[in-house]
Amino acid sequence: MATYSTNEFKSGLKIMLDGDPYAIVENEFVKPGKGQAFNRVKVRNLKTGRTIERTFKSGDTAEGADVVDVELQYLYNDGEYWHFMDQQSYEQSTADAAAVGDAAKWLKEEAICQVTLWNGVPLSVAPPNFVIMTIVETDPGVRGDTSGGGGKPATLETGAVVRVPLFVQNGEVIKVDTRTGEYVSRVKE
Amino acid sequence: MTDPVWRPSADLATLRLRAELLARARVFFTARGVLEVETPMLSAATITEPNLASFGTVYSGPGPRYGRTLYLHTSPEFPMKRLLAAGSGCIYQIARVFRDGEAGRRHNPEFTLLEWYRVGFDHHRMMDEVAELATALLAGRWALAEPERLSYRELFQRHLGLDPHRASVAELAARAEARGVPIPSGMPLDDTDPWLDLLLTHCIESRLGAGRLTFVYDYPASQAALARLRPGDPPVGERFELYLNGIELANGFHELGDAGEQRRRFDQENTARRALGLPVMPVDDNLLAALAAGLPDCAGVALGFDRLVMLAAGKTTLAEVMAFPFERA
Repeated sequence: MATYSTNEFKSGLKIMLDGDPYAIVENEFVKPGKGQAFNRVKVRNLKTGRTIERTFKSGDTAEGADVVDVELQYLYNDGEYWHFMDQQSYEQSTADAAAVGDAAKWLKEEAICQVTLWNGVPLSVAPPNFVIMTIVETDPGVRGDTSGGGGKPATLETGAVVRVPLFVQNGEVIKVDTRTGEYVSRVKE
Repeated sequence: MTDPVWRPSADLATLRLRAELLARARVFFTARGVLEVETPMLSAATITEPNLASFGTVYSGPGPRYGRTLYLHTSPEFPMKRLLAAGSGCIYQIARVFRDGEAGRRHNPEFTLLEWYRVGFDHHRMMDEVAELATALLAGRWALAEPERLSYRELFQRHLGLDPHRASVAELAARAEARGVPIPSGMPLDDTDPWLDLLLTHCIESRLGAGRLTFVYDYPASQAALARLRPGDPPVGERFELYLNGIELANGFHELGDAGEQRRRFDQENTARRALGLPVMPVDDNLLAALAAGLPDCAGVALGFDRLVMLAAGKTTLAEVMAFPFERA
């Protein structure tokens, strides 16, 4: 992998620090007029999502991290791992629970996900922004309420729970925004 | 910043303010009998300080300098001192200067220095005049409290509870760690200056000059640059810096006039450059000859004009006060 001088630092650049891959969030050049120059950077750990501060002597280098974002199709879960496939090469990748994280509850077979690969291995998984799912359990709504005010919990086929309007019934198909976890609309099949 | 790149990054009102401040600076010096001068930007010799990098270029025309590398000045200090030694009296210059490797929100590789020299002044009297100029140029835009002066030692004692002249690398490193400063790799174990710079930039600078001009003076001898040393325990460099609103605005010296001492410092700096793997720079023999001929007792200061405009305009980046910063040049 390439090494990068602090002079090449910019937000978005992926570098290795203490054995973990990080993305540069902010990079600030500071230098007393007659003194040592530093780059103060904020970096996000791509494994944990935590942002920390680091300082480099200007001109020093950091090793690049082999991190790429790819679109992969979700295939299935074998009870321990989630399996994805590249639709062009048909190459499969396996993600563990740490990489899938909260995305797990939105993963429906055949969904196209954005997967961040580090050295070819999934580091994190982002579900599609919108998913279409069937409600498998919700209380019967109050008759006559069509406004959607109030709402009630509904369990979806993947186990995710979202709040839906009272008029939405068991067995119906709905659209959900995975970024907010909110109900968007009913979907006619 | 979705502007097309051909357009200026500063708005017209700021460019007008910039022109007005330049005019007011000239009035300030004219009224005090300080002569405006111009000196070469391109010279055969340049500064040796390891923390400053000069742009070089090659001359290819007729004359004895055919094929020679010439350097863009990082400040007009050396030729201005030659003028002083030649009897110019008090002088000032508004100079475009160049520093390789310095780019950021508060740095542009090409910027404007307002540099001046006062015969008969020491660094304290020069601080008085810097305060007068800054106050005059910021009038109506900043309601400033009385300026304050802190020695470099008081500064570190106040903000970090340590003596910068006596603390060891281990003590400075421990204090940095205790303050949560992320310690860069490759920090030297035998030189306290980079550690002092680390603490200054991470723990102190942003708190300096809150609503007032803050002068820091009497630097460690190892950071004296071109200032004269005052013997004592420890000896200090008669150098000062000005801060406002956390921004370093000016650097001044009670000027070193001893040619032998100056040559030693140039040589030491070139030795340090070699140790750091940096190119050795040609020493300015004309400056040394001028000092040997006799520099009048004087103080000098260089003020970052773009940063002053930035503060006057209430902006936070140099790009907002330059028509075309580096990325658009």
